[in-house]
Amino acid sequence: MPTALKILIAGGFGVGKTTMVGSVSEVPPLETEERITEASLGIDDLAGVEGKFSTTVAMDFGRITISPELVLYLFGTPGQDRFWFMWDDLALGALGAVVLADTRRLDASFASVDFFEEREIPFAVGVNCFDGRRECTSRQVREALDLGPSTPVMLCDVRDRGSSKTVLLALLEVARAQASARLTAAAGR
Amino acid sequence: MPDPRWFDDEEAGRHVRPYAITGGRTRHSRHTFALITLVVTRSPDETGYEPLEPESAEILDVCRDRAVAVAEIAAHLDLPVSVVKVLCGDLLNASMILVQSPPAETDKPSVELIERVMDGIRQL
Ligand SMILES: Nc1nc2c(ncn2[C@@H]2O[C@H](COP(=O)(O)OP(=O)(O)OP(=O)(O)O)[C@@H](O)[C@H]2O)c(=O)[nH]1
Ligand SMILES: [Mg+2]
Repeated sequence: MPTALKILIAGGFGVGKTTMVGSVSEVPPLETEERITEASLGIDDLAGVEGKFSTTVAMDFGRITISPELVLYLFGTPGQDRFWFMWDDLALGALGAVVLADTRRLDASFASVDFFEEREIPFAVGVNCFDGRRECTSRQVREALDLGPSTPVMLCDVRDRGSSKTVLLALLEVARAQASARLTAAAGR
Repeated sequence: MPDPRWFDDEEAGRHVRPYAITGGRTRHSRHTFALITLVVTRSPDETGYEPLEPESAEILDVCRDRAVAVAEIAAHLDLPVSVVKVLCGDLLNASMILVQSPPAETDKPSVELIERVMDGIRQL
């Protein structure tokens, strides 16, 4: 039986997450949803939780079969919904994340950047150049998002498979560096 | 003036109803599944022929030919992920499926694993 891995595609509303998932996935993006209630915080039964916090979060995802032993899933996080952060299962155990940004609305990417930084989840920023728009340089985006030197910022066109692949590879490069640093730290102990 | 609570109920009803399939359970008491836990149906001769809920029978159909992630099952059945997890827990109890959990959160990916993924993406 194969092992499954996942990468998240995050970013603000309408920034191109689903388009990116679709450009590299071997199947058209699938959609599913989860009901986030206080049940996810430790109550096992829905009875009696009416009126308490409850919302439905939807996200889409695609699949890449790497080999007969390895399947990679790409999950587009729900851009509109600030509650996806409560869907623990979505981010938990991810190899890493791509944070997509639109230069016209960079502030929409702040929450995602903070989320992955806090959890030390490897990530790369992809600046989706709608219609070839490149009114920001990657340096300006790096400064605006206050990114550390080890976080790659790439201009991209998420409709293009090659371009999406480049961003994913940049992210995986960060993940590899982190894995290799773990090895070194373990050896030094 | 329409009572806004009425609309809230309508909206909630759409999402609560799936839990009727699980008898109101939002989590399985014995088994935990991740979004990307893979599920494969065991061949029928290895399992009994208990009458199944239609949704559980659909899960067995969807997972017959290859390993399918819990999230994919939920998408195919148009059910919330947590409902699918409960149904899969019951199917696992009944030995009707095999499952493969993803690497544990504490089991950080190795350099080698990441490189395998990178090679796969380059070849797309
Ligand atoms: N012209 C142009 N359109 C794009 C580009 N990327 C995405 N779009 C369009 O922008 C719209 C939003 O893209 P989506 O991929 O749905 O964005 P999303 O981030 O998934 O949106 P939400 O899930 O609603 O937050 C779609 O109509 C896309 O076709 C691009 O690079 N150029
Ligand atoms: Mg989308």
